[in-house]
Amino acid sequence: MEALMENLLTNVDWTEIGWASWDTLVMVGMSLLFSVLIGLPLGVMLFLFGKRQLLEQPVAYAVLSFVVNILRSVPFIILLIVMIPFTVMLIGTSLGVAGAIPPLVAGGAPFFARLVETSLREVDRGIIEATQAMGATVKQVVFGALLPEALPGIIAGITVTAITLVSYAAMSGVVGGGGLGDLAIRFGYQRFQTDVMVITVALLVIFVQLLQMAGDRLVLYFSRK
Amino acid sequence: MIVFDQVKKSYQVGGRAIPALHSTSMTIETGEVFGIVGHSGAGKSTLVRLINLLEPPTGGRILIDDENITGYNASELRAFRRKVGMIFQHFNLLSSKTVADNIAFPMKLAGIYSRAEIRERVDELLKRVSLADQANKYPSQLSGGQKQRVGIARALACRPTILLCDEATSALDPQTTQSVLKLLADINRELGLTIVLITHEMDVVRRVCDRVAVMDAGEVVEMGAVSDVFLHPKHPTTRDFVFESESIDREEMQRDLAQAPGRILRLTFRGQSTYTPLLGSVARESGVDFSILSGRIDHIKDTPYGQLTLSLVGGDLDIAMNAFEAADVHVEVLR
Repeated sequence: MEALMENLLTNVDWTEIGWASWDTLVMVGMSLLFSVLIGLPLGVMLFLFGKRQLLEQPVAYAVLSFVVNILRSVPFIILLIVMIPFTVMLIGTSLGVAGAIPPLVAGGAPFFARLVETSLREVDRGIIEATQAMGATVKQVVFGALLPEALPGIIAGITVTAITLVSYAAMSGVVGGGGLGDLAIRFGYQRFQTDVMVITVALLVIFVQLLQMAGDRLVLYFSRK
Repeated sequence: MIVFDQVKKSYQVGGRAIPALHSTSMTIETGEVFGIVGHSGAGKSTLVRLINLLEPPTGGRILIDDENITGYNASELRAFRRKVGMIFQHFNLLSSKTVADNIAFPMKLAGIYSRAEIRERVDELLKRVSLADQANKYPSQLSGGQKQRVGIARALACRPTILLCDEATSALDPQTTQSVLKLLADINRELGLTIVLITHEMDVVRRVCDRVAVMDAGEVVEMGAVSDVFLHPKHPTTRDFVFESESIDREEMQRDLAQAPGRILRLTFRGQSTYTPLLGSVARESGVDFSILSGRIDHIKDTPYGQLTLSLVGGDLDIAMNAFEAADVHVEVLR
């Protein structure tokens, strides 16, 4: 059995795989954190400024919506390249784990913002009306009613964003980002080491499965409907 | 006291103003249960939302206890809204909060109550609406009637002086409707709260309201004491509502009346006269023969009333009519 493994996976360096997995974890974790930190307020603003909403602001909505749409319509692989000068300015390098995070956030935050906007729109208007009728300020409506009511939807949105970021992080290997994607491209693709490719893909699949399971559980836990 | 002084409301739709409420003036007295009845789209939802300015009027003034609320700034408006409770057709409870937290919510928003005060008030309200054992459940675990009781408790949390009810029983079954209406009547009696209630069911008005306004196409078409409006409806819309609530089919009734001989009278008894054995004695005195075509005895709030449709043959009709009127019975000649 051991011999078989040795023969099948001749090129696999498990230490390397371990580090690459860790790098992917860091990239996804950090970019998810910043995507949520930026995307959540952005999504709340998109919702509040929207038509017939609490702070209806057609101009502000149009501007925000336009920026979000632009970031979302640029294919991520292009965004990675376009972002390079900005990333260098921000981090000092466009390479490695740190260099991959700004483009990941640029891709993840607007994506998550739209998901937040959608889940806020799904909150029953009657609940907003009832909260206003109690004499709530807009801030109180957002923090007291909207966000708690939309929490399951927002958690589902975080899960979807995390999974998207896993695939984006793998893609960043093309332009010198780190992690499993980098390994897959350098060894699996450029050196024809199919065994490395299979292992990295398998690890990514497992990673996504775990994320989805964890997300689903949290959604279930917070759903009171 | 809630005073509407030429209040108007219209919505801007595609650059055009669509009127939802034509210029309306009326007064709702402190401590009364005031019903607003109308078909959907008649403007009653708009009318009730004007009282707590969820909908700002496009003209006129709204005075509450002699204060013009249409002139309030944002923080005055929020303070005012705490004094106006509101309950809804679909309850609008927060699904993410427990029953107790839902009731505590308006007090927390007000930011002027201590934790101990809130806890004490929530316990008191839970008992008031008979849900003391459901405090830690979530709304999804409750029945419709229980949800509306939570809604009522929540609306009362900040000790309001006005309670607005937006189709509060329309999503409930008849039995639950009864119990919720009874709770509202109790609250009105015990707390002296003014209740403004909108509904499309005349039966709800009959059970709990003191006065009623009937709305049609953005206008109040009839207003008065429930017993007057209910027993002697004048406007066609009001008549429709009354017939509907008594499940009378008008065409069928006309056919029945057409077959009856002699004169046809409708007698309306109110209060104590409802129980007097009048028909027999009047028949003896005047020599008329009567047959009862239709009749019912019921209550308007706490007052009993009866309505009989009779056909009278022979004898002296004038004596009969006078005898009825002498006994305080309202007589309407249908034919």
